[in-house]
Amino acid sequence: MCLAIIGKVESIEYPFATVNFKGTKKKVRIDLIEDLKIGEYVLVHVGFAIQKVDSREVEQYNEIWENVINSLQ
Amino acid sequence: MRSKIIFELAKKIEKEANGIRDIKIMHLCGTHEDTITRYNLRSLMPKNLKLLSGPGCPVCIIPDADLQAVFHLIENANVVLTTFGDMARVPFEGKSLFYFKSKGCEVKIVYSIFDALEIAKRSDKPVVHFGIGFETTMPSTALAILDGIENFYVFSSHRFFVPAINHLLSSNIKIDGFINPGHVSTIVGVKAYEKIEIPQVIAGFEPEDVMLAVYQLVKSIKNGENKVFNEYKRAVTYEGNVKAQMVMNEVFERENWDWRGLGVVKDSGGKIRKKYEEYDALKVFEDIFSNFEIKEDPKKRACRCGDVLKGLIEPLECPLFNKVCNPKNPVGPCMVSVEGTCNIWARLGGC
Ligand code: SF4
Repeated sequence: MCLAIIGKVESIEYPFATVNFKGTKKKVRIDLIEDLKIGEYVLVHVGFAIQKVDSREVEQYNEIWENVINSLQ
Repeated sequence: MRSKIIFELAKKIEKEANGIRDIKIMHLCGTHEDTITRYNLRSLMPKNLKLLSGPGCPVCIIPDADLQAVFHLIENANVVLTTFGDMARVPFEGKSLFYFKSKGCEVKIVYSIFDALEIAKRSDKPVVHFGIGFETTMPSTALAILDGIENFYVFSSHRFFVPAINHLLSSNIKIDGFINPGHVSTIVGVKAYEKIEIPQVIAGFEPEDVMLAVYQLVKSIKNGENKVFNEYKRAVTYEGNVKAQMVMNEVFERENWDWRGLGVVKDSGGKIRKKYEEYDALKVFEDIFSNFEIKEDPKKRACRCGDVLKGLIEPLECPLFNKVCNPKNPVGPCMVSVEGTCNIWARLGGC
């Protein structure tokens, strides 16, 4: 119920968008997100985009975590 | 690479917790329990740090009274009932919504409330959606109500989660810090927790996120910093999703509602406002509910879901765990829902 997954927006037909979840495409509602653009990542919960997700964090996962570890004293 | 990061963080937690008193950290989301159990993160915790599971499963915290009311409705009114899959399996006196479906009642499992709206558009019967979930889910229910489909109604079992944190703090369970629920937080934002006086970290759902949250909490507990940190910056902002908050607050108001395990939690109930009562199943079918009486389920007397939800016991301490009560034949909701702690421990081998 609180599950949400991250996908990439492929096309927009307001209030819907087609979102790609690692190859599986789904139509989701995007009414709750301001200024959504194709190519951005969203967190989807029960058929709803609930928040945009920073694409840099999704695409550069390892590099970011290495920096986090190094930053901890 | 991932295991290297996780082990690095485990070493840092160990070092930080070295020499301090015994501490208890509670997470508040079924998905966090899944991550912790799946990656066996409890085995990486120092001996003086206990990682507890809290009331973060929306199916589990719904009291039997709500479920009985929905059973009463479908037994006495000619309606189509829609709900999410996990909710349909929760038993009361040995019956579940799937039982009523097998007896010919129109119970339909939906993935999204908008599937329920589509069912309503195609049906000439009243369609009632059994709405469950915290702030993560409430905006979608609010939008569905605002869509204004005339034969579509909601039986709201929605609960605002943030008041439950205050409730836990005022109870006798001694918790030193919370891992706040990531997805609820995408909606409510960091600001929702600022007045809660205890160390908190909003965390994502990768094992690295949870380990980093624990590390930060140990530091905060040591330093007496009653602040909220946002580890899940990739999805959670300070303000949260303001548009979602607006639609949620437009449709729902807060009442003091009961939670399984926690009892009545002040301002936690997601009651549909009077302005939208034409979509509120409780109002529309009030005649049917007028003779409804709450009962106790004798089959659940030995179930300790309430204590599991408060972090007082672990599933293994329930005598029914994985014996009488298992994922195929659940006794309590914590064994039904994939986000329930008992279900997660039974499937993934928690300890
Ligand atoms: S194992 Fe089953 S009976 Fe025991 S607390 Fe969990 S859900 Fe309830």
